[in-house]
Amino acid sequence: MSAPLLGVGGDEYQSNITLLDSSSLESVCQNGSELKERNYMGLSDCSSVDSSPLSNTPEYSPSGLNLKATELRLGPPGSLSLGRHSEHCPVSSAAIDEKLLFPLHPLKSLVTGNKRGFSDAMNGTSEGKHLSASEVDAVLSPRHSLNPIIKASKEVSPTQPTKVKDAVYQGAALEMPHAPTESRPGHFAAANNNYASAPATKAQVVGWPPVRQFRKNTLASTSKNNEEVDGKASTGASFVKVSMDGAPYLRKVDLRTYSAYQGLSSALEKMFSCFTIGQYGSHGVSGGEMMSESKLKDLLNGSEYVLTYEDKDGDWMLVGDVPWEMFIDTCKRLRIMKSSDAIGLGEFIFCS
Amino acid sequence: MAYSFPEEVLEHVFSFLSLARDRNAVSLVCKSWYEIERWCRHRIFVGNCYAVSPEIVIRRFPELRAVEMKGKPHFADFNLVPEGWGAYAYPWIAAMAEAYPFLEEIKLKRMVVTDESLELISKSYKNFKVLVLTSCEGFTTDGLASIAANCRHLRELDLRESEVEDLSGHWLSHFPDSCTSLVSLNMSCLGSEVSFSSLERLVARSPNLRTLRLNRAVPLEKLANLVRHAPQLVELGTGAYSSEIRSDTFSSLADAFSACKQLKALSGFWDVVPSYLPAVYSVCSGITSLNLSYAAIPSSDLVKLISQCQNLQRLWVLDYIEDSGLEALAASCKDLQELRVFPSDPFGAEPNVSLTEQGLVSVSEGCPKLESVLYFCRQMSNAALIAIARNRPNFIRFRLCIIEPQAADYLTLEPLDAGFGAIVENCKELRRLSMSGLLTDRVFKYIGTHAKKLEMLSIAFAGESDLGLHHVLSGCDSLRKLEIRDCPFGDKAVLANAAKLDTMRSLWMSSCSVSFGACKLLAQKMPRLNVEVIDERGPPDSRPESCVVERVYVYRTVASRQRLDMPDFVWTLDEDSSMRYS
Repeated sequence: MSAPLLGVGGDEYQSNITLLDSSSLESVCQNGSELKERNYMGLSDCSSVDSSPLSNTPEYSPSGLNLKATELRLGPPGSLSLGRHSEHCPVSSAAIDEKLLFPLHPLKSLVTGNKRGFSDAMNGTSEGKHLSASEVDAVLSPRHSLNPIIKASKEVSPTQPTKVKDAVYQGAALEMPHAPTESRPGHFAAANNNYASAPATKAQVVGWPPVRQFRKNTLASTSKNNEEVDGKASTGASFVKVSMDGAPYLRKVDLRTYSAYQGLSSALEKMFSCFTIGQYGSHGVSGGEMMSESKLKDLLNGSEYVLTYEDKDGDWMLVGDVPWEMFIDTCKRLRIMKSSDAIGLGEFIFCS
Repeated sequence: MAYSFPEEVLEHVFSFLSLARDRNAVSLVCKSWYEIERWCRHRIFVGNCYAVSPEIVIRRFPELRAVEMKGKPHFADFNLVPEGWGAYAYPWIAAMAEAYPFLEEIKLKRMVVTDESLELISKSYKNFKVLVLTSCEGFTTDGLASIAANCRHLRELDLRESEVEDLSGHWLSHFPDSCTSLVSLNMSCLGSEVSFSSLERLVARSPNLRTLRLNRAVPLEKLANLVRHAPQLVELGTGAYSSEIRSDTFSSLADAFSACKQLKALSGFWDVVPSYLPAVYSVCSGITSLNLSYAAIPSSDLVKLISQCQNLQRLWVLDYIEDSGLEALAASCKDLQELRVFPSDPFGAEPNVSLTEQGLVSVSEGCPKLESVLYFCRQMSNAALIAIARNRPNFIRFRLCIIEPQAADYLTLEPLDAGFGAIVENCKELRRLSMSGLLTDRVFKYIGTHAKKLEMLSIAFAGESDLGLHHVLSGCDSLRKLEIRDCPFGDKAVLANAAKLDTMRSLWMSSCSVSFGACKLLAQKMPRLNVEVIDERGPPDSRPESCVVERVYVYRTVASRQRLDMPDFVWTLDEDSSMRYS
């Protein structure tokens, strides 16, 4: 980024970065450190750090440092990057230390996600206060050994936002305040692509987003109902499980997305072709794309497999006998059977 | 006083004053006017049940017929107020049962109401007519049974969004056959099934029934029967709106609806099957209020429904409507005044629908009467907010919740100061504002400078220093309620603006930086403010005074500052100037 981003608090900003090495775990005095970063809240300390071992695209500098993992992030006041701790970033001991210093622990958990980044200590900029990349190199010890812990200094006056919880930098990755694309202190690099969100599960903040309990309960039970009514007419979707003999896992199809047996049959062929191909690889077929559709159809429609379904009464039936509409009403699950197993269904083979 | 009017004349004049504000003004003119006015005031609104005591109210207003009251602070809706904090209705109910035998109306919001209270209500007032319990809790369906059984002239029973312990649906059957006075029944928050035949008979014998909001347990197949008994309905909340798709159910429903010529509001629609939505098309042209915020309806079906509702004034909907649906809304509903878009998956990490800031921009462009918005989304930009502000300077309420705390402008990565600044600058009549996203002290400067009519402000995860809070407290002349969570605001701003707090109803600060020492100081300085330190870590004086409190709730009061129902995690200043709990 070229121009430093002004305008956010403008001149009130100072960006200093404070690093403490692991030996100063107990120390809260930052006098010894050269740089002190103020985050956008005017606090003298870096607050939360995204220790981001969940970062999906770690950027490795030529020196082999995982710079992305060392980004300093600012979270909501009192935030700990709880959601981001990986196996190798245990925080418990640090959290306890924090608690002693800061009895207030307002946030029970923290929302992860796009937090503001701090400035890029790494990019040497016109603000000489930042660590340049070379300085970082010098300061950085090999990964896994440096555990800088940043705590609010006790000199912070009570009127200062003392509630900023210093996240603890621990663990494998060396954390350095860094925002790779910004060159400006306190820049809020909140774009999601800079900071990995914890994938599916988010640590939740109490009372946020502000949705009333009644609504939350209703939403929860609505979605549950929608899942429960799979296969029933009421939702307009009719998902049934499809199993194939010899396949390691099952699939699900929405019968209502097809208008006739042909559509269902083609879809199943496509879905299960991988298993079929695996079996018939010795026939000289190298990969899925190589297999022609007609050959695939032959395999499925040929003597090897039959398509059967379990109806509402629990009986296993051959697919294709009843009108399509009736079929999707009564079908509870599908099974692609080896025809050799299809005794009892007679010699009827589902083939054209 | 030879020249004064006889009391009866003044009373008659005052009877034309309905607004509490006017009556309050009148009572300040002189002592005799105060006396006359207080004897003829029949309706009272208490915005904070702890601002005054039952004794004081009863002493001043001996002839009340209607009482409306609010209890817990707004953030209690989001679990920020610990259980047991207070707002008990019983002391009020008990005191009023003695004092007001002719009381007709009780409306409570965010209060704890017990079955005893409900029973007392049902037995104490011969002419009781209206009971509205909004977001209340603490009672069961047994309490409702008392109300149903004993209130002979009951007109309104409205339990909107209350948490009721649902023991059984039997309570409804307690309405005696002689009860024909019902005008409004809202049981949408209840879980269990009521006896359908009781319900049907009740509806059938209530010719004045205008509002009927059913609960989810009332199946769609039965809805047509109910509606048929009440074609005069103005507001209907359906139960579950799902069923196997059958043409006879559909046509029966459609017929029933077509007979409702006065229907203006629809709600409910739980578990909705979109194929049944067309059953309401016949009434759509008259519909002014549509609450689909519990209905998972895909955008295309929503658009089909909404485009039939040309006279729509209020729409509450889930974000399934998506930007495209909102664009269609903007095109068809030119009378729209209020829009609320709720999140269908508020805790999901990734967006599940295509709803962005663009939807709100479209609506602000297309709906010239839009004045009230509540919008949940996952991204916002200053450009969009500025456009919205320019499009719609007539906003009265603007509440924006960007789901990710402190989310920046997704285009420029800047804070959203400029955007919200544009809102307060352009919307000069703005009375309520809720903000979210990345915000620095700058936005508060804008607010303090421009938001002169702002009455209620909600702030979360915003600001940088006490200066932010100071801007608001010193600049917002009309501010009544301020609620703040997780902001770096502390002692300086609060203490410097202590006098301002006396002009407000309340200030709530949780997870901020206010120290215990400052709370004590504030309480000492301002004898008419109750400074409640709400802290679950044990007595605040077991920690240094500089220690920050978990929550502080400051409100003006003429009642005692040591309310008798304080739980052990609430501390207020004692007479001997030490913080203690009773």
